[in-house]
Amino acid sequence: MADEAIPGWKKWLEGGGDQVIFLKGFFRNMFRGGFEWSEFVRQCYEIGYKSFMLVGTTAFIMGLVLALQLRPTLLNFGALSMLPKSLAVSIVREIGPIITAIICAGKIGSGIGAELGSMKVTEQIDAMEVSGANPVQYLVVTRILATTCMLPILTLLGDVLSLIGGFFAINITSNVSALLYFNKCIASLDFTDFLPAFVKSIIFGFIIGFVGCYKGYNSNRGTESVGLAANSAVVTASLWIFIVDAIVVQVSSLLFYK
Amino acid sequence: MGEPNKNTEQKGKSSLIKDEIVIHIRGLKKSFGLNEVLKNINLDVKRGENLVILGKSGTGKSVTIQCIVGMLIPDGGELTVFGEEVADLKERQLKELRMKIGFLFQGGALYDSMTVRENLEFPLTRVLRLSDQSEIDRRIEEVLDSVGLSDAIDQMPSDLSGGMRKRAGLARTLIVNPEIMLYDEPTTGLDPITSREISELILQMQKKYKTTSIIITHDMECASITADRIVVMKDGEYIAEGSFDALNKSKDGFVKSFFN
Repeated sequence: MADEAIPGWKKWLEGGGDQVIFLKGFFRNMFRGGFEWSEFVRQCYEIGYKSFMLVGTTAFIMGLVLALQLRPTLLNFGALSMLPKSLAVSIVREIGPIITAIICAGKIGSGIGAELGSMKVTEQIDAMEVSGANPVQYLVVTRILATTCMLPILTLLGDVLSLIGGFFAINITSNVSALLYFNKCIASLDFTDFLPAFVKSIIFGFIIGFVGCYKGYNSNRGTESVGLAANSAVVTASLWIFIVDAIVVQVSSLLFYK
Repeated sequence: MGEPNKNTEQKGKSSLIKDEIVIHIRGLKKSFGLNEVLKNINLDVKRGENLVILGKSGTGKSVTIQCIVGMLIPDGGELTVFGEEVADLKERQLKELRMKIGFLFQGGALYDSMTVRENLEFPLTRVLRLSDQSEIDRRIEEVLDSVGLSDAIDQMPSDLSGGMRKRAGLARTLIVNPEIMLYDEPTTGLDPITSREISELILQMQKKYKTTSIIITHDMECASITADRIVVMKDGEYIAEGSFDALNKSKDGFVKSFFN
């Protein structure tokens, strides 16, 4: 009853304040001694290795579809030779990082939200806390750092598989050698294409881990809240990914592509 | 009625009870929004004592033990454990206090991504910071043997029955040798035979590990087996106190309703 009387804007502000406190807790525990290396490595395996098939398949198909869609347009302008360059730039700068991030927000973000949410509901987090252990250090720091480290690697692998997908698409209608195709792709890319994409994927990884952990760790006690935490983790992380993407694109345009 | 009744019979089962007060509570208050859960709690628990708290659901029994372990901060009153005011403790001091207190949750709260062995290793490596694997293994085997769960050492929590999960949860709590044990409805959801086994196990463990215990329960058989003293809680206050036999003869209708 009392909760219903609180206006929406106040709840929103309180939520923002809670997130800042959670973020502070993350950084404080990250630099505290006794880092959980074994749990961090396990999370890297769970988050990185186990997402590779999904990210790889989706990236391959995206590259394939993108090449098939681009081909007739470039053909109209007599610029078919630009296809590897167009593919490489669009994949490395934008499609690779954003597709990987959105897939990982769905797979990893929801997984973290649901896992921590169910640990909260079944009092496992409370049990850790009252035993004198540090649940933030064990559960939150390891997961956020694992997503932050794994996203750039998954993005790089996704980029490569997307370009391979593009190569297959080109070879459906033409006969282009792999050496020529990949040489053209690599020649069309430089440092300013990789750097913003790399920075972006690190931020996306942090967002996915942070939002998943925050939503799961702060879920309510009922079983319904586990589903809500997972759902909310995906929606919130996806939204932030697009917002950050727009900002990074603007900043990198100002810095590199004047 | 806030102050416990001093003229009650004290017929303890345990010969371990000493005069030292380990938990001292006076005028404890706790509200959630407009809901005043604890109104005026007064309680002293002696070292080695098994205290059972009886009461209807939602009367603040669990809130009381959550305040004792520092999971909740009281709104008012005095709550000291081993002479230290819990609400005033800094993070490190609270952690040190929690190392002396074991808390058994209703469902056992086993970490479901870990085996029973890993569950038991967790407090040894993270809380006691033990690194000698042979010492860790020795402790795990000893405590699992105590709770009769040696065969389940490499099983996952999802493979265990309700009673086994409670035993494993108890083992994980006891492995750090706590001085105080807090049990939150330890027999809820168990069949009568397993409930009796768990109640007897609580008593055995109290004797073996010489702990002071607070047991929250609705299970009168559990109370009869484990309690040195029982306090009855109603609407955020303690209304009666005494041994099982003394309260069994109570004229108070609310108290009688538990024993009937």
